[in-house]
Amino acid sequence: MASELLELTVAEAAERIRSGDLGADEYLEAWRERAEGDSLNAYLWTAGDAAQADLERTRASRDEVDATGPLTGIPVAVKDIFCTEGIPTTAGSRILEGYRPPYTATAVRRLRSAGARVLGKANMDEFAMGSSNENSGYGPVLNPWDSGRVPGGSSGGSAAAVAGRLAPCAIGTDTGGSIRQPAALCGIVGMKPTYGAVSRYGMIAFASSLDQCGPLAHTVTDAALVLQAVQGRDRCDSTSIGIEGGVELPSREDLKGLRFGVPRELASEAEGIESGVGEVFERTVGLIEELGGEVSETELPHAPHGISAYYVLAPAEASANLARFDGVRYGLRVECGDLTEMYEETRARGFGAEVKRRIMLGTYALSSGYYEAYYGRAQRVRTRIAEDFKRAFDRFDFVVTPTSPTVAFKLGAKTDDPLAMYLNDYCTVPMPLAGIPAISIPAGLAQPDGGGPELPVGFQIAGPAFSDSALLDAAHALEGAIGFRRENGGPN
Amino acid sequence: MIDREQVLHVAKLARLKLTDDEVERMSEELSGILEHVEHINELDLDDVEPTSHVIALENVLRPDEPRASWERDQVLGRAPDPSAGSFRVPSPQA
Repeated sequence: MASELLELTVAEAAERIRSGDLGADEYLEAWRERAEGDSLNAYLWTAGDAAQADLERTRASRDEVDATGPLTGIPVAVKDIFCTEGIPTTAGSRILEGYRPPYTATAVRRLRSAGARVLGKANMDEFAMGSSNENSGYGPVLNPWDSGRVPGGSSGGSAAAVAGRLAPCAIGTDTGGSIRQPAALCGIVGMKPTYGAVSRYGMIAFASSLDQCGPLAHTVTDAALVLQAVQGRDRCDSTSIGIEGGVELPSREDLKGLRFGVPRELASEAEGIESGVGEVFERTVGLIEELGGEVSETELPHAPHGISAYYVLAPAEASANLARFDGVRYGLRVECGDLTEMYEETRARGFGAEVKRRIMLGTYALSSGYYEAYYGRAQRVRTRIAEDFKRAFDRFDFVVTPTSPTVAFKLGAKTDDPLAMYLNDYCTVPMPLAGIPAISIPAGLAQPDGGGPELPVGFQIAGPAFSDSALLDAAHALEGAIGFRRENGGPN
Repeated sequence: MIDREQVLHVAKLARLKLTDDEVERMSEELSGILEHVEHINELDLDDVEPTSHVIALENVLRPDEPRASWERDQVLGRAPDPSAGSFRVPSPQA
């Protein structure tokens, strides 16, 4: 019985709970058992034992829970970057070990208002900086398809929890690919909405002009249900706009009348795309045509400079955002010497290697004498990248690329080479730089170059700003033609 | 190339204490990353406006009315060293 419950999509489970056919408590209990048995290190906290469950229930009842809401009774894995009142929130960092926020992020409040419950807090790369989840201060997350491989990052815990059947759905954050890339590497759906679609209030800031909350789930419809619940303007975040008219649930079965551009810089001419990933990509482009979509090549001439611009802008913003972790108001303090020494020692002990690297990179790029050469130029490249997309969307409804150049790689394979790790984001950074929405859907399986097990490959679709509903609709039609779940049955 | 001196200067600006080993590695890694970043110098960007934010934003205004805030204890309760209704810190000059 329990295992049958775990097979339901979010849409199916919510429908059965609403109709009284399935008890919300029974459903939650089945998932709580799964989350408790987490062997992937996907969770940093779960609503496991009775005391914690009670706590969670108390918190939930305080935000008006709608018994007929679209997510009634649905447990959600929440990336540990979202503040949850009274529940530990670490952003994957030792500097916040034991921190229990005094308030709850708007995205989580909205999930609860739609009837959902927080099942656990998902592991992540420290402060969302990473593409493999190996930068977590609490140990790496394992990929449910092959426990010797990474789940991707930074929302690696959220992706592994969904793929490994430890949660029916999850929320994560995407700054340069942190939802889409782990979704691709774990064989699930992940979406970065348009910048401004979801409130960032209570979402611990990494790079404020890029960070965006989004859903991870098994199906496009499930992702749409989660996005529908979390999106909207919020008076606590002046950059939140919401999606006008809300998010419509996808229903499209074909792609007739839609034009898809394949940017050669992020597809045929992109460096480092594994041959197996390239084959699945080509096959999926063929499916778009079979569904009646028009496909032709296009260009995004500045997209190859996305990584360069991103790894100046994001660290620059991070170096400012992370200045707040100073041992004064919350989190770790290392007592020693005078005030400056306390700051320096606290941050030295509390931050991991990648976070230090990015703070250094960002501080350098913003420092006197280098500001214009790095930060100023990167901002101008950002303008160019956004203009490239605008031009492409004059001719096309959507742009499609592989999500990640490779399938899931082995733990430790790239930890000694930060630049090689950054290049994982090659196909995913241009979209947040332009603020546009993009979704990754599982498109098939492929072996890594040099051989190995068959692993999931993600297919990315990007659309103009605020085309989120149309993007989900197109992804839904393509998902049906790919038939990923039926074909493969998921990880072991 | 980011040399040892520059690494130490930036670490000071960022209030980060680095070990000798970290200084060494940081110099090497930052140099490698910046070498890649410098590819953007090949682009002609003279007439391009910088983008700091992608979505056109307008100031959001609201009436300036008093409303309840968090209790002081709720905020201080998470601090490593609260004292006398304040955040206590070591002296700037020990």
